[in-house]
Amino acid sequence: YVRGIFKNLHGWFINCLRYLFCCFQDRAGQFFSSGHTNNWAVLVCTSRFWFNYRHVANTLSVYRSVKRLGIPDSHIVLMLADDMACNHRNPKPATVFSHKNMELNVYGDDVEVDYRGYEVTVENFLRILTGRLPPSTPRSKRLLSDDRSNILIYLTGHGGNGFLKFQDSEEISNVELADAFEQMWQKRRYNELLFIIDTCQGASMYERFYSPNLMALASSQVGEDSLSHQPDLAIGVHLMDRYTFYLLEFLEDIHPASKTNMNDLFKVCPKSQCVSTPGHRTDLFLRDPGSVLITDFFGSVRKVELTMETINLTDPIEQLESAESGELQKEMHTYADQLPVSEIIHQKPKQKDWHPPDGFILGLWTLILLVFFQTYGVKHLKHIF
Amino acid sequence: EANAVIIPQCSHIPPGRRGCLMETTVSPNKEELVIRPLHSGDIYTSFQFRTLWETDFTRENKVSHYRLFPKSLGQVISKFSVRELHISFTQGYWRTMQWGQPYLPSPPGAELWVWFQDSLTDVDGTWKELTNVLSGIFCASLNFIDSTNTVQPSASFKPLGIGNVTDHQIVCTENLTPWKKLLPCGSKAGLAVLLKSEKLFHSSFHSQAVHIRPVCKDDQCKTTSWELRQTLNVVFDLHNSGQGKNEWSLFKMFSRTLTEACPVASSSKIYIDITDNSQGEQFELSPATPLLSQAVVLGDRRTFSVYDLTQQITFGTICNVLKLPVTYSAHAGDMLRPLLHAERYVAGYGLQTGEIHTLMYNNHPYRSFPVLLLDSVPWYLRLYIHTLTVTSKGKDNKPSYIHYQPSKDRVRPHLLEMLVQLPPNSVTEVTLQFERALLKWTEYTPDPNHGFYVGSSVISSLVPSIVAMDTNNSRERPLFSSFFPSKEESSYFVRVYTEPLLVNLPTPDFSMPYNVICLTCTVVAVGYGSLYNLLTRSFQIEEPSPGLAKRIANIIRKMRGVPPL
Repeated sequence: YVRGIFKNLHGWFINCLRYLFCCFQDRAGQFFSSGHTNNWAVLVCTSRFWFNYRHVANTLSVYRSVKRLGIPDSHIVLMLADDMACNHRNPKPATVFSHKNMELNVYGDDVEVDYRGYEVTVENFLRILTGRLPPSTPRSKRLLSDDRSNILIYLTGHGGNGFLKFQDSEEISNVELADAFEQMWQKRRYNELLFIIDTCQGASMYERFYSPNLMALASSQVGEDSLSHQPDLAIGVHLMDRYTFYLLEFLEDIHPASKTNMNDLFKVCPKSQCVSTPGHRTDLFLRDPGSVLITDFFGSVRKVELTMETINLTDPIEQLESAESGELQKEMHTYADQLPVSEIIHQKPKQKDWHPPDGFILGLWTLILLVFFQTYGVKHLKHIF
Repeated sequence: EANAVIIPQCSHIPPGRRGCLMETTVSPNKEELVIRPLHSGDIYTSFQFRTLWETDFTRENKVSHYRLFPKSLGQVISKFSVRELHISFTQGYWRTMQWGQPYLPSPPGAELWVWFQDSLTDVDGTWKELTNVLSGIFCASLNFIDSTNTVQPSASFKPLGIGNVTDHQIVCTENLTPWKKLLPCGSKAGLAVLLKSEKLFHSSFHSQAVHIRPVCKDDQCKTTSWELRQTLNVVFDLHNSGQGKNEWSLFKMFSRTLTEACPVASSSKIYIDITDNSQGEQFELSPATPLLSQAVVLGDRRTFSVYDLTQQITFGTICNVLKLPVTYSAHAGDMLRPLLHAERYVAGYGLQTGEIHTLMYNNHPYRSFPVLLLDSVPWYLRLYIHTLTVTSKGKDNKPSYIHYQPSKDRVRPHLLEMLVQLPPNSVTEVTLQFERALLKWTEYTPDPNHGFYVGSSVISSLVPSIVAMDTNNSRERPLFSSFFPSKEESSYFVRVYTEPLLVNLPTPDFSMPYNVICLTCTVVAVGYGSLYNLLTRSFQIEEPSPGLAKRIANIIRKMRGVPPL
């Protein structure tokens, strides 16, 4: 009897272990299922002027969430078309608020804007995506992603059916955007890409996508307008757009270890709150959206492998002797005179390089000479010289 | 050879080398804050952080050891063969008549001056790369600096350098953040703790700058070391920020308090200018400090109360609060009038022509002194130099040196440098007429009706000083008095910047291309379309279908075999 019980316990114990092991494997499997090793974010606000304060606040709130969840500044390309924080109309300088009564300052104290003002153009945006930047562009302005990067792209501004307006002077169309993503896919510049757009008729921007591994969300369907949330009477403008406001509230509940997946993201801002109907597109995405974690795109969950091996350090290196003593006697340096009046007055003008005369002058003189010799004949030449 | 070995103090070992260059001396790092109450009721605060770095780039070994000197700037200096670099970001305009002279002048917007080593051959290419790199480091739109707004002055800004005189920029926290990251202690300890952006930008004037230059290591000056100075000048308007009482403290100004000095700083001091308060009648400092210091700065001998943060006794109270029950009465005229002062404005009407007027004031009662005026005007304002007039006290004042480099459309701006002698107690007016150019459609900014900026004029001068200046440059002096080295005792160097100008260029109607396309397409569709149809279609006459009665009659006639109606 006792042996029977023992066998039962034993069997139960083995089952438990097996179950735990499977759990573990599932977790471990889930840990490595997404296939990405680094995260990037490209956040763009395309509107200029003070009354478009809410677009800058939208972008900054996504920036704040993304930074909070772990993506470092070096992996975020932030483009703001105008400066609202230090705008002279802002009653509280160096702040951008997302909630009325100035509850949350999304500008913060540690913000790095990579493209500001006039630099936010369609050309620069497409160059960042495709990687075709001039060689002297600094690293902070480049999207240095590889084929194991998950990229989050967020656009906000004024848009229409099939286009997004940049700074009131140019537009980007959905065809151009789709082609840019295809270039990125051909050049293996992303593993998976999440595209979020908060503009009027935003769903038209993802209609034309045709590259694999793209997931897109928009704040409104074709024919609908995205509305703004609430104005603040002290600042005098609308602070945020509805979709991004509820997106920010949703993201505030996410922490780096959270297991929320994309299906919850699709439910953000239903029609009752947003007035417009948010849309999404997942047919190009290979994985099931229910298995994609929010932190796969919004966070930067690093995968760490622990190793128990020991590493042998070799002997320390000897220092080089600093060869200062054997130097020749150096000349004395002096501070330059800031305003050497006598030197300036007696300065000789720089000798300009002699350039051969212009084509026009040469042609003119040739013409004059030709006419002269035509009229008077060549025999007079000897009288002249 | 060494593989991946970890040695303390060496951050990177290139493979194949047997060793690395160690720093033999500790880089002294100084930080100081000067607070000066101004006569207009504002408070002028000036932060300076200085780091010295002993290294020599002319040797073969690449420098790879950075301790306090930031690596990003060190790599910029070595890669682009930079001898001196000055970059400043300013928001607001310095009001010389109300506030006096600043310790470090800076023009509104962004300004970048660079001197390259003699060994550099391709200056233009290096300049372009350098501006791009700096725009990445400081999050500023310096990449718009190109040949169309860069000048190489011949006389101002000795030694000769290449520079860009102010571009309109908005300065905000995104510029302050990388600036703070260059400091040795970051914003975690020492005076940099006070730098909270919300208070700093809520001010009348805000300027941050980085200056890199070689300085003499000792008296003989045989060797030089690199000096990095980071300066931040802010003028707070206490009435504006909601503090009605004439009382201020560090916490009220910066909303932070000081708790400790930066551990790597060899000296960390706060200076409060109490020259106007010699008898203690205007204000009172608390906690009081026995340390006093005198310095000759801007031609005047000023007295300062000193708080040394490296001493523990300074932090007697929990928060370092300084209260000043101040009554600024109406004797603002007692302020030392600045001897040199300048203004600039655009005159004229319409969108075709205009006139630039620059006024320079010499407020000294009996001494005259020379000033060097540097003007860099963009190419789209076409200057007519034959209309240049310089008048003082109604009479013509011929400059002793003029250097003018005309502009080339879309290639380089105008450069005008003049050395003018200002007579005592006078106003000198420089006028110049210009014509506005029409830009190409794509060259307009997205908001062209705002106008286009013309950078400030720079006026450099040696102004006679009231007290003897200290010409011994190697002695340890507070940072704010040692920026411009003095060569003679009777005068000191001053640089004044005028206001930038905002001019409207004739702006086209940007909807015109759309209008033209609509009209052309309509004309083509309606006109050509109809013409084509008329010419190519053939017309056939068709009988209208007969009525019902006639149709029935036709059917009956067909049945009878009779021709239809």
